Amino acid sequence: MYGKGLRALSISTAAVMALALGLVFFYAPLEAEQGFLQKIFYVHVPLAIVSLCGFVLGGLLAIQHLRTREPRWDMRSYVAIHISLVFAVATLITGSIWAKGSWGHWWVWNEPTLVSFLIVFLLYATYQPLRFAIEDPERQARYASVFAVTAGAFVPMNFIAVRLSTAYLHPRVLGSASNLPGSMRLTFIVSLIAIALLYATLCKYELTAKHTRAQLRALRRRLIGDQPQARRPRSAAPALAPSPPARARTAAGTGA
Amino acid sequence: MSTVGTLAQLPALPLHTAGRYVAGAYVVLFVIVLIYVAIMAIRLSHIERDLGELLDNAAEGELAEPSVAPPAAGAPPATAGKSTLA
Amino acid sequence: MRGTVGALLRKELLVELRTLESVPGMSLFAVTTFVIFHFALNRNSVDGDLAAGILWVTLLFAAILGVNRLFVADADQGGFDAFLLAPVDRTAMFVAKALTLLAFLVVLEIVAVPAFGLLLLGPSLGAAMPELLLVLALGDVGIAVIGTMVAALAVRTRARDLLGPLLALPLFVPIVIGGARASAPLLALGHQTAASGRWLATLGLYDLLFGLIAYALFDYLLED
Repeated sequence: MYGKGLRALSISTAAVMALALGLVFFYAPLEAEQGFLQKIFYVHVPLAIVSLCGFVLGGLLAIQHLRTREPRWDMRSYVAIHISLVFAVATLITGSIWAKGSWGHWWVWNEPTLVSFLIVFLLYATYQPLRFAIEDPERQARYASVFAVTAGAFVPMNFIAVRLSTAYLHPRVLGSASNLPGSMRLTFIVSLIAIALLYATLCKYELTAKHTRAQLRALRRRLIGDQPQARRPRSAAPALAPSPPARARTAAGTGA
Repeated sequence: MSTVGTLAQLPALPLHTAGRYVAGAYVVLFVIVLIYVAIMAIRLSHIERDLGELLDNAAEGELAEPSVAPPAAGAPPATAGKSTLA
Repeated sequence: MRGTVGALLRKELLVELRTLESVPGMSLFAVTTFVIFHFALNRNSVDGDLAAGILWVTLLFAAILGVNRLFVADADQGGFDAFLLAPVDRTAMFVAKALTLLAFLVVLEIVAVPAFGLLLLGPSLGAAMPELLLVLALGDVGIAVIGTMVAALAVRTRARDLLGPLLALPLFVPIVIGGARASAPLLALGHQTAASGRWLATLGLYDLLFGLIAYALFDYLLED
């Protein structure tokens, strides 16, 4: 059930991504100050925005898990955070490349986006070790959700705090997304949509993969693992019986 | 500012220094997505292998008598629970 | 609720008074760290930004020592189960523990801040005083709230001493930003100016926000 719509989603992602790349390199004008280097803006800033939204989304999904206690919300929260973390790393790398091109240093402290991303990255990098350190699956999911909500609330506050701390010292190094001329704004918005679609595709992809693996494990348990289970009236023969959806989802949640 | 439909100055494609950085940034995104695809491909091949095993087991089970269960081989399912998240 | 918090708080403070587990260690750690800073930076006195930074970093790491120990006794000796059996509001534990940590931090600062003034600080502490206390108070509330939350999260995991600080430090960053920026003009040599209101407001808002979040989420950490 997770894989439904994945094909349409990935095709539209590819299409919008191609459109965005075309706009970036053939339509958007060269910027006055930074010239060609400014084109990194169209990949770095959308990655940053989508990543931040993804972290907050992870927090929202975690709230849903805490409210309903259904494992599938925990799985969704986990995937959202996981993919956002990947995008956060990409943000840091592209931002670093941009800094090197603009200023000659691989890292600059007076660019608030980069700095707050570093902090957010350091925080979410503890998410998986935290989960790994708790063995009981229900408690693991619960504690992870508490963490996800706390961290999700932290992200915007951190952004504001870091921006406040650098604003008065230096002007923004890497330029901001406000007051863009029309053609640049269009390119930016299309790039943003492309990256957002990429995020959605990767999330759905990962959810489908996890779910499939959980179903496979459930199937294996029924065929090989617990013998008493195979003898139950519901599934007498060791043939491949369709697993009931609720079972599979629980297995997916506790297994993932 | 360019109007709609005007081809902006085409970036000088022979790579001067700025071009190298821009290319690097876009390549980073591409490589990250590719790495992700590769990881998923590996997982997919594991799933395929496991399904093949299960199919073989099911076939064996049908050939043998119904009361005789095929020997319980295969990895214990419980450990897989933690490893997916690691 | 108030009764429960009062009872728990009294128990915590009594335990600490009798065992002296956390506060002496934290205070000693802070003073030793000042000595280490002297050698590491190779300076006899610091002022302004540097002074604010050293003070806040030291307070932060000393606080982490306290955070690590906050729930250990409860986790190891079944205190959680006993508390869950009592017919009380579970959030009372959060409030009591946060107030305990706050008390520890206050005592820590009573030792550490004069030590800092004596050992490392160039300009005199007296001039900075009333406002520095306000900044410290706001920072302490934030550290107490976040520290309690993180301590509860980390205590029943496997690598609790490692995970606690790792989780806490990024969450502490806005407190460090606010605290250090607010203290720097107070500790400046010569022309000392007042702490800017915006940092105090930042600290206050952060404390409030995380107080609310921790208050809402703490229940989920206790059920078992």
